[in-house]
Amino acid sequence: MKGFSSKMPSRSILLPPMAILLALAIGALTILALGINPIFAYAALFQGAFGSLHSLTETFVKASPLLFTGLAAAVAFRCRVWNIGAEGQLYMGAVVTTWAGLTLVEVPAALLIPLLILLSFAAGAMWAVIAGALKAKFKVNEIILTLMLNFIAIYFVSYLVEGPWRDPSGITYSPPLTTSAWLPTLVSGTRLHLGILLAFVCAVFISLLFRKTVLGYKIQAIGANPEASRYAGIEVSKTIIIVMVISGGLAGLAGMGEIAGVQHRLMSGFSPWYGFLGILVAMLGKLRPFGIVVASILFGGLLVGGDAMQRVGGVPAPLVFVLQGLIVLLLLFYEHVFARFARS
Amino acid sequence: MALPVVEISAAIIEMSTPLLIAALGEIFVERSGVLNLGIEGMMLVGAFSGFAGAYFSGNFLFGFLIGLVVGMSIGALMAYLSVKLGVDQILAGLAIWIFSIGLSTFLARTILGIAPGTVTIKGLEPINIPLLSQLPILGPILFQHNILVYLVLISVPLFHILLFRTTFGLKVRAVGENPKAADTLGIHVHRIRFLCLLLGGAMAGLAGSYLTVARYHVWIEEVTAGMGWIALVVVFFGKRSPYRALLGAWIIATGFSLRYYLQIAAFWIPYQFILMLPYILTIILLVGIVGKEETPAAFCIPYKREET
Repeated sequence: MKGFSSKMPSRSILLPPMAILLALAIGALTILALGINPIFAYAALFQGAFGSLHSLTETFVKASPLLFTGLAAAVAFRCRVWNIGAEGQLYMGAVVTTWAGLTLVEVPAALLIPLLILLSFAAGAMWAVIAGALKAKFKVNEIILTLMLNFIAIYFVSYLVEGPWRDPSGITYSPPLTTSAWLPTLVSGTRLHLGILLAFVCAVFISLLFRKTVLGYKIQAIGANPEASRYAGIEVSKTIIIVMVISGGLAGLAGMGEIAGVQHRLMSGFSPWYGFLGILVAMLGKLRPFGIVVASILFGGLLVGGDAMQRVGGVPAPLVFVLQGLIVLLLLFYEHVFARFARS
Repeated sequence: MALPVVEISAAIIEMSTPLLIAALGEIFVERSGVLNLGIEGMMLVGAFSGFAGAYFSGNFLFGFLIGLVVGMSIGALMAYLSVKLGVDQILAGLAIWIFSIGLSTFLARTILGIAPGTVTIKGLEPINIPLLSQLPILGPILFQHNILVYLVLISVPLFHILLFRTTFGLKVRAVGENPKAADTLGIHVHRIRFLCLLLGGAMAGLAGSYLTVARYHVWIEEVTAGMGWIALVVVFFGKRSPYRALLGAWIIATGFSLRYYLQIAAFWIPYQFILMLPYILTIILLVGIVGKEETPAAFCIPYKREET
């Protein structure tokens, strides 16, 4: 889509830290207005997010799905394919994970967990490819398509946990998965599960994809100029579909991590919008895998530290969502100013 | 078990109201070439501020006014970023949404205290239209609602006229279809889009305050529960025209209101599938199997004069 995003992310690496600092400063003024010492509140937030082994592991538990969905957004956005359907792709990954965890009870963990990874990647990819194929074939606006598919997936999960997979206890969630489908924890006594390692591996893969492979080159060429890429002999439609497979697959893995690693059962609304937050994470990470790793840990830390800030500092936890939104809004603003400055 | 058709029909009219309020505003936003992904956030902030306005003033009309004005200011923020600065609409919209979730919940906990759901307001009384409300069947379905339900139903033809029969509506559509040509003819592209986002924000804010002031009479965190997203579906399904949006809102509201009855009656269609229907139909519509989908040509594309 010509001129959709005016610029690919600008070169300056300094803009995200500047946006973060200004957002934190605005947050500090807000806390001050409540009559609370902002240094005290932020210390509680930092302590709660990174201060102990337990809080650090919780931060990584939250960062894990954000890293997956952030990478998912980055792969698509680099190609200027606007996949905002990570939420739905995540739900579909969760559905197949639950299916496997409820039916393949005889399969040992060593076999089942690799299978979960494959299945959830495939399910997320399939859900994304619906949109990718329709975009490639009929030139349908993928923004609307992926947005619609999110809600179909969410209703589908709602149907499953209230219908065929409803737990006999009568509450609207599925029975627990067989324990061999539970992702192993990395640090005993915490919830930190294998998913975060898998997410880091994916970040390395995506980084290599962008920097070392022909496919990565094609993706970025299409992102820079789809028409020129077509003349240069790149099969644009085929590449868009591959991009959707990778992007959707990554989001599917996020769903697998949440179900097999954290919840151990399927329920409605198990994702606090990880799919959409991942888009903001990708943006903050400048669509670069390393940046997204840092951004996902920051967003994860904010989510976890917010509770500590409320408990210890007396500042309502939702302030962290204000901060997350502000960071991205300020970044958008800075990028505009920077682009303008760079032009003149 | 026979379904209580009259009660369900009345519920459909009521439940479609907030969807329709938000959708009517979004129709103008999208016709002018902008996608407002912040709509859910604008509704949410409108829901809280409307509730707070009604709670502290004791007057529901004042609540609606506050919800409308606050929604409009978030619309102005979206307009500043996406129209004036021309930043990515998707990112701006999503950031505004997350920001709004935080803002509404943060303000509510600060102002109303930590325990939500304990502070209630006196809500809106239904107004029975004289004579008409006594009609069999039609009376209970159409003429025993609160004031906003009537206002919105009247607004649908008015918005249709505004969009298709006035100069302003013509300008809105021109700006969405071909901003460059519109600019050449002396139409202020940015001003029109800005106005549309103000309208969209105001309507979203009003829709949000409908939920807290007219329907629930209480503040619930994240009370909109995706209603803003559904309003977007209403707009897509309605091909960005008011009458078809009305139809879309009714179909979706049917799914909502059948939900409870179908659960009780253990009917063979799960209500979730009825709720999915508009989404699936919209996709079919987009692909062009059923009719032609007319997305404005400049949809989601920021307009910059110097690049032309």
